[in-house]
Amino acid sequence: MAAVQWHSRVRRYVAEKQSCGLEVASVEFGDYHPLKSITVTDSKSRRGARKGSTSSSSSSSSSVAMDPLSCMMDGTDPLSMFAAASASEPHLTLPHSISSGDLANGKRKEKEDEVAVDFEPWSSKRGEILARFTTTEKLSINLFMGSDKGKAPCPGSSAVSEKVRTRLEELDDLEEGSQRELLNLSQQDYVNRIEELNQSLKEAWASDQKVKALKIVIQCSKLLSDTDVIQFYPSKFVLITDILDTFGRLVYERIWSMCSDPHPLPVSFTADEVNDTAKETCLNWFFKIASIRELIPRLYVEIALLKCNCFLTKCGIQKTLPRLTAMIRGIGDPLVAVYARAYLCRIGMEVAPHLKDSLNQNFFDLLETFRQIHGDSVQNQLVLQRVEIPVYLTLYSPAIHWILQCVSYRAPESLLTEMMERCKNLGNNALLLNSVMWAFRAEFIATRATDFIGMIKDCDEAGFPKHLLFGSLGRSLACADPPEAERLPILNEAWKVITKVRSSQDYINCAEIWVEFTCRHFTKREVNTVLSDIIKHMTPDRAFEEAYPQLQSVIRKILTYFHDFSVLFSMERFLPFMDMFQKDSVRVEVCRSIMEVFIKHQHEPTRDPVILNALLHVCKTMHDSVNALTLDDDKRSLALLINGFIRMVSFGRDFEQQLSFCVEARATFCNLEPVLVQLIHTVNQLAMETRRVMRGSHSRKTAAFVRACAAYSFITIPSLTSIFSRLNLYLLSGQVALANQCLSQADAFLKAAVSLLPEVPRSVSIEGKMRSSEGFLLDFINNFLSTLLVVPDHPEAGVLYLVRGLLNMVQDYTWEDNSDAKVQVYVSALPLLAAMSQETYLYCIPKVDSNETLYGGDPKFVAEINKLCETLIGQVLDHLKILGRDESVRRQSSLAFSLFGCLLAHGDLRNNKLNQLAVNLWNLSHKHGYCDTQTSVRTLEFIKHLAQQPNMLHISDMVQRLILQSRT
Amino acid sequence: MSASLDIRLKRANKVYHEGEVLAGVVVIVSKETVQHQGISLTMEGLVNLQLSSKSVGVFEAFYNSVKVRPIQLITSNIEVVKPGKVPGGKTEIPFEFPLHTKGNKVLYETYHGVFVNIQYTLRCDMKRSLLAKDLSKTCEFMVHCLPQKAKLQPTPVDFNITPETLQNIRERSLLPKFLIRGHLDATNCVITQPLTGELVVQSSDVAIKSIELQLVRVETCGCAEGYARDATEIQNIQIAEGDVCHSLPIPIYMVFPRLFTCPTLETTNFKVEFEVNVVIVLHDDHLITENFPLKLCRV
Repeated sequence: MAAVQWHSRVRRYVAEKQSCGLEVASVEFGDYHPLKSITVTDSKSRRGARKGSTSSSSSSSSSVAMDPLSCMMDGTDPLSMFAAASASEPHLTLPHSISSGDLANGKRKEKEDEVAVDFEPWSSKRGEILARFTTTEKLSINLFMGSDKGKAPCPGSSAVSEKVRTRLEELDDLEEGSQRELLNLSQQDYVNRIEELNQSLKEAWASDQKVKALKIVIQCSKLLSDTDVIQFYPSKFVLITDILDTFGRLVYERIWSMCSDPHPLPVSFTADEVNDTAKETCLNWFFKIASIRELIPRLYVEIALLKCNCFLTKCGIQKTLPRLTAMIRGIGDPLVAVYARAYLCRIGMEVAPHLKDSLNQNFFDLLETFRQIHGDSVQNQLVLQRVEIPVYLTLYSPAIHWILQCVSYRAPESLLTEMMERCKNLGNNALLLNSVMWAFRAEFIATRATDFIGMIKDCDEAGFPKHLLFGSLGRSLACADPPEAERLPILNEAWKVITKVRSSQDYINCAEIWVEFTCRHFTKREVNTVLSDIIKHMTPDRAFEEAYPQLQSVIRKILTYFHDFSVLFSMERFLPFMDMFQKDSVRVEVCRSIMEVFIKHQHEPTRDPVILNALLHVCKTMHDSVNALTLDDDKRSLALLINGFIRMVSFGRDFEQQLSFCVEARATFCNLEPVLVQLIHTVNQLAMETRRVMRGSHSRKTAAFVRACAAYSFITIPSLTSIFSRLNLYLLSGQVALANQCLSQADAFLKAAVSLLPEVPRSVSIEGKMRSSEGFLLDFINNFLSTLLVVPDHPEAGVLYLVRGLLNMVQDYTWEDNSDAKVQVYVSALPLLAAMSQETYLYCIPKVDSNETLYGGDPKFVAEINKLCETLIGQVLDHLKILGRDESVRRQSSLAFSLFGCLLAHGDLRNNKLNQLAVNLWNLSHKHGYCDTQTSVRTLEFIKHLAQQPNMLHISDMVQRLILQSRT
Repeated sequence: MSASLDIRLKRANKVYHEGEVLAGVVVIVSKETVQHQGISLTMEGLVNLQLSSKSVGVFEAFYNSVKVRPIQLITSNIEVVKPGKVPGGKTEIPFEFPLHTKGNKVLYETYHGVFVNIQYTLRCDMKRSLLAKDLSKTCEFMVHCLPQKAKLQPTPVDFNITPETLQNIRERSLLPKFLIRGHLDATNCVITQPLTGELVVQSSDVAIKSIELQLVRVETCGCAEGYARDATEIQNIQIAEGDVCHSLPIPIYMVFPRLFTCPTLETTNFKVEFEVNVVIVLHDDHLITENFPLKLCRV
């Protein structure tokens, strides 16, 4: 095909814009939106106005300020719906807030007796105990039951009924089969064994071997009378009571299901509704348990089945609880006894929380037997096991905590006072005191904090460790406030003791707790003192290495209370404190938490040198932790934090200072690419800010400054590895330079971008997957082309130096096989060239003379442009031809259509050749029927509309020749 | 072709009293029709007496009969179905037995002991032709004697145990010092109520290992000519383990096991009585026992 002469259509942009008259159409938010579901079930009543999707435009004006996405979706988002639901649900912990007269009121009131969410459940204690009470010593499980033999409830006799006999035989079998003692178990083995027993209990139950199940449970509870390896006892208790719980549940459910015929029992049933068979079965269980020989298994199993009492009589539980409480007195070992009490209290709270009396009785009994702890038999045992008294005493804590927690739960103040008095009157009461502080309401403790300190001081030094006592007190004071006047004396008194704690581990455990109290009520001065004390204690022998979690927690607590970073960093000891984190991972984690708090709470940009220095140090630490092995995600999150910091730095009008900060930051954070990108953006923004301040005309000084900014960007960009970041930043910085009248800098940026193009790989990795880079490249080139319109030609280089350069690069680039990308670039270059040949350009940059002024519509310049267009069209047409040969008619069709569109918009169709070419392209695109009919019809309509305008005769001629292919 | 025979009593706990009616159903489950020569039910109450091996020699000399012949308390036999066929599926045949004794016989309470056994059974027999086996099913039911008319007066017993109060010891001087006080709320106990009381270890030189309650039955067989009396343990319940806290009352609590206990019984041929021993085991394995005869009754 012969070369086609190009003639650009002459555009009058202003007039066109007016004639188009794009009126601002308001978006009707009330209208149908495909993303909005049809039924809006709004759970919040205050949004009642938005109910129903048909409420049309009424809300459109009001919702302008709202986030359009969120207001479209509001109410139907399942996540926020849940949140709304939970927010609307009144808190169970505040029964007084429920208005009376409510329908649900009756039901709620009933529940008041029950245990609500504010009662810390056993399940949360469980894990804590298991983690805390461990041992490396060897354990043994003794499943030997020889002593029972022959003394079983009934000795064999000829008259025993058949059923009983088979059961007895079954029992004997089990005894013989399991007469074994497992020795030398490690703790993990032990746990596994217990779990096995738990499983075999379930299996036995499932296979209807009820007697075997009972036998397993009895054996397990028997293990609780054994206090060998006493340090492990609390954990053993937890493991075995798990089995007992399972058993209790199985029995209860079994009996319950027996009553469910013909219809299930209501949740709150009475004994009268239970049928005889179920009662008989239940009674049988109790008779069986009553004949268990040994005290401890009998107690535990009966406690496990406590709930079943409600099948028999109404007040069964009420009568049983005091009896079981009294029976525990028969347990000689105080540790075993206290855990049995804890179990009884636990089940009691679960089954009948309203029966407080036996809880209290349990506690009083505990006090009665308290002297046993210091008795001979305990002491002998400790000597034998080589356990020291303070360690031994801490074994009691979980159980006593639990009992006291049950006792004090919603207990009246007077009772708590009474309990406290009783503890006070007892000798060696540190253990109790500790539990009181743990379990009683924090407010109760806080108001008597001074008393408690006095009591703690009076305690015997040899017994329970004092730092634990202060730890417990500190924990209470962290949640509730003591009277204002007492606060400082409390802190002084407490710290006087804490600072004397010898062991650094004990010290930090206690100090960590008190940091919260200090932060809560005092200023940086006190906190600083505390920090310096901690440093003093933790530095010798590098004790801090063992205490990172506690030290981290100290930092966290300080950060929760001190959001003002100028105050925080003006604490002399804060940074030295930070220096104690010498293990890299911990250090970085601490830095992270600091930065997170900073980003969350710093709303104003800052230039405070203290903050900047400190945070720069913190960020540098984070940055320096990055190495070749760092995960991408870690890098990303670190970079995010550092970026957050950089964004918050502002020196106000002192731009140079800001730039030098950026220089420093670049040097510091050179390994994190996103930070460099952020820095370039910051500097670009700085240049634009300077321009704004100077109202567009730079003085000599500011001109030099913006050039410095450009230089900064120019030398920073090459150090990035991501090619598209580089390209985009070159373009952006070029635009900024241009806006600031730095022509040669802009030239350099754009030239750099062009020369970078050949390096763009054909595929890039996005979120770990390799994707073709073509789309990104096309986007970039189009963006680039639109910038080129205003870039004036370099006086020493040829006409359209950059455009040619770009097109050359495009031509030489190795595009993907079977891709039209190159030609697409050519087609999109045509509008640029057409725009360049106009007398006045569509847009321009103030104070920068574009080519329109430089050449003033010089015919030579226009001819140059047209020649270029000619070449481009020639290339496109050649490509179209090749496509026709390759049978890639679909691609041919769409390409031809896009060229047609381009001609229509930008070409001067009065020129016959161009006109003819357009018609040919139209026909080519429709030749094989691959054209999108809808687009064709619309285009045709548009052309017809054009034809009706004045001076558009040539168009109306053309319309005649455009054939719309019909589907039929 | 398998048929199963079962007896189901109306009462879940299978407990009946004299003068009441024992009612229930015979359940026959079979896939096919069952041919039979008649189904009959036999109700029987027996007292089995046995002599312990140590007294057998003495007795066989003059009293040979006690061991062999059980005492029949009640017996009754009815034919439930005449010879014929039972259709396939589940067939339930109801029955009733009045529990009436003949003459001046009394229905003693069900009791499973060692030398004395009082047992009530109900047996169902299905007679079948030569080719098929006869089917039989036995089921035990309990009899509780009628409540005592007289009002029960609680008879609390206090006790003190010290080395001085003990009998039957060899070297009193070797005993460690101890003082144990306590009381039983009653020694004439209602069988359905637990045995209760309290025990306090006031002092003890040697640590206590365990405190137990031993329930003992005392069975006497024989008559005017001579008798054999044997005490055996029914159950042993530990009420304290380890060195319990001194001067803190420990509850005494024991449930009387069903079947193995009955109201104290005294007849011409045999006696069933009960006792409880409070057993204190010291750490040096000294065993201290205090015995309390009990009188059980039903109210």
